[in-house]
Amino acid sequence: MSGRTGPAGPASPPSPRFAGTGRLTRLILRRDGLLLPVCVSGIAALLAITARDLKVLYPTAASRQSVAARAGGNPALRFLLGRLNGTTVGAFLAARWAVWGSAFAVLLTVFIVIRHTRGDEEAGRLELVGSAVVGRQAPLTAALLTAGPVNLALALLTFGWLAVLRLPAAGSAALALSIAGCGLAFAGVAAVTAQLATTARGARGLALGALGAAFVLRAVGDAGSTANLSWLTWVSPLGWVESARAFGAAGERWWVLLLPLAASAALVAAAFALAARRDLGAGLLADRPGRPDASGLLRGPFSLAWRVQRLMLAAWLAAFGFGFAACGAGARGAGSILGGNAVLRRYLLRAGYQATVINAYLSALMLLAGLAAAVFATAAVLRLRAEETGGLAEPVLAAATGRIRWALSHISVAVGGAALLLAGAGLAAGLGYGLLTGQVGTQVPDLVGAALARLPAVAVLAAVAVLLFGLLPWASAALAWTAVALVGVIAVFGPPLQWPAWLMDISPFTHVPRLPGAAVTAGPLLWLGGIALAAGAAGLIGLRRRDLGDLGPAGLGGLGGPVRDRLADHFFPPAETL
Amino acid sequence: MGNEALRAAGLTKRYGRVVALDGLDLEVGTGEVHAFLGPNGAGKTTTIRILLGLLRKDGGEVSLLGRDPWRDAVGLHRRLAYVPGDVTLWPALTGGEIIDLLGDLRGGLDQARRRELTERFSLDPTRKARAYSRGNRQKVALIAALASRAELLLLDEPTAGLDPLMEAVFRDCVAAQRREGRTVLLSSHLLAEAEALADRVTIIRAGQTVETGTLAALRHLTRISVEAELARPAVLDDLPGVHELSVTGTTVRCQVDRAALDEVTGRLHQAGIRALTCRPPALEELFLRYYTPERSAPGGG
Repeated sequence: MSGRTGPAGPASPPSPRFAGTGRLTRLILRRDGLLLPVCVSGIAALLAITARDLKVLYPTAASRQSVAARAGGNPALRFLLGRLNGTTVGAFLAARWAVWGSAFAVLLTVFIVIRHTRGDEEAGRLELVGSAVVGRQAPLTAALLTAGPVNLALALLTFGWLAVLRLPAAGSAALALSIAGCGLAFAGVAAVTAQLATTARGARGLALGALGAAFVLRAVGDAGSTANLSWLTWVSPLGWVESARAFGAAGERWWVLLLPLAASAALVAAAFALAARRDLGAGLLADRPGRPDASGLLRGPFSLAWRVQRLMLAAWLAAFGFGFAACGAGARGAGSILGGNAVLRRYLLRAGYQATVINAYLSALMLLAGLAAAVFATAAVLRLRAEETGGLAEPVLAAATGRIRWALSHISVAVGGAALLLAGAGLAAGLGYGLLTGQVGTQVPDLVGAALARLPAVAVLAAVAVLLFGLLPWASAALAWTAVALVGVIAVFGPPLQWPAWLMDISPFTHVPRLPGAAVTAGPLLWLGGIALAAGAAGLIGLRRRDLGDLGPAGLGGLGGPVRDRLADHFFPPAETL
Repeated sequence: MGNEALRAAGLTKRYGRVVALDGLDLEVGTGEVHAFLGPNGAGKTTTIRILLGLLRKDGGEVSLLGRDPWRDAVGLHRRLAYVPGDVTLWPALTGGEIIDLLGDLRGGLDQARRRELTERFSLDPTRKARAYSRGNRQKVALIAALASRAELLLLDEPTAGLDPLMEAVFRDCVAAQRREGRTVLLSSHLLAEAEALADRVTIIRAGQTVETGTLAALRHLTRISVEAELARPAVLDDLPGVHELSVTGTTVRCQVDRAALDEVTGRLHQAGIRALTCRPPALEELFLRYYTPERSAPGGG
């Protein structure tokens, strides 16, 4: 025996179950050292934009009071936006940012925790790591030791921004800490779901499902006019953010900040207990045995593409149905509130170019559906790149399937799925609004048509992703998402801030008819479709000419190389790891 | 106890209704190179993962370097190195970074040996793992394991992605490890590898040990392959202990039980031998017999 260690072995720091945590934490920082600061600053920048947005929309105390008075009495709006705890700019910002800021913090936290636990385990990397002097709890601990400080940094930046905006320090601290608390609570949720599901995708799905459930609990608790349902708010981490009453007229409730900490501690303890008992690679939700043979529905590349993306599409459809039904139901109340605020009214009418506030609201809703469908379509197109780098494209392309057919198989999911989603959004909003007003017969077809009118714009963004995939594959994900984000920012912030026309014209959504309630002209729809076809065809030609598995020019320069590599690692992970 | 690096007795493991290990026995003496053979799905990887404490056994006994691999996993991992059959690495790290990382995680790396191995395996340690082929990923894991100061090496089909040249380097390295007194458990379905490297062999099938011992001891149980070119046709099909007989003109091929060898060569001699080849069984033939259900059990007639 090479006597480095005796039979007893030296006791490693505190407990062998956590051995190697420090080294693994450094590994995470090595892998994500660039991405995490970028994301945290990005979230802080969105906070700044939101604050400016609010100041433009509600400049005076009177304008805020009138909105608060109407919103307080409307269950549908309480359902969507939560309760307002005051009429100051801070209280408005808290109401708006509590939802968005928490959602971003949760997304980032879930991403970090799952990527470095179940993600690495599914990919097989934890098998190699686990055979070294690494305790069973070390990977999860390292992920949590990263997620915690990231949320703390987010809280610090949030607090800093709010201080710059000269908002009261107490409220700023309460908002920043309650959002970070929500992130920490979901660090616990993700730690548990990483033990339950056997795939990173599944673990992320469960954690984000929990976020959806938290939203619904908070929403139903807030919408109830009496106290009988308000307890639901108290079992939702999103409800806690609201219940901390940052900038509240009655003062902050500091003790509420303890709730997410307690939940986080309990969930993390549960995750550790599960991790200590289970086998590597195993989950508690076992895979069910599948079919022994391929069904008639799984024949050829097209059905394969639909098959591998159908879960994602189903989840999007469910979210669309629920979300747009709720928003449609809120339309009537929204109409009266929005109509009462002169600035907002002007904003909506400008954004929607509508004669009536209600149509402006519905049109804005359908614009939102279009933007969300563009996110889906872009993700579906970029699946091509993920399959290419993950080695899943090779067996398909090595068979009697041409590149074009293979690419079209996923593009069909992107465009077909987006059309389904838009139709679903129109149907749900039409039912939600029509059932309340007794106009189902007219609202459903109107809104389905209004939603589908956005399809050419969605197709343009999908075609941009195809173009990038064909010509700049190594940067396709980063650039395609940048394009979607740019279009989103233009659509949301451009009209109220009166951005110049040339800037607004970049977004394809600027050019589609603003239905319902606007004149339909076929021209823009046709030329948008033409642009989509041309860009898509150019991308496919590029795909046919380039190497598969192209990692990009090797020497993008001393700085560019590592940056590109890390971006590439985040945006095109081997299939199934992200 | 003292002489065993590794011992498993009656090991069982099931995944739901699937039985992966069904009373498996395995013993590896300290300082020996032990080949662990079996076809795909026989339970080799499951066994190794239990030995690593990555999976928890359902029943039976297992000890590694005298300790319990599930409870003392971390302490044991200080003393062993592992190479998985399918190596997955961090795509954005270079091969060199990963070798050092794994060394750090295991508690030390012999830097001189790391340099030597990197050269011998002709690995470019400056490339990102995402650009590596399967064989190169395997080399990264192998170099990290072979350059460690571990006293026990667990290698799960370590040469699956290597070319013959690199396989030869690998064999040299394993032989060197043995000379240094390290214990090696080498899981494989490549028989040539076991024949070239192993002191002892354990063969498993469907989660059970079917045979264990030195290669010489195993060959006792086995038939001898006989091929003869004769002057006149010979009659062999009435003899007990002759199997898989094929006669083409004056060429005879058959498998002969050891007990019947004398009788068979007598008959061949009578027919006039022009050429005669008698081979001890290759492990391939052993393998075929254990894994082909229709055939009879070894040692029978």
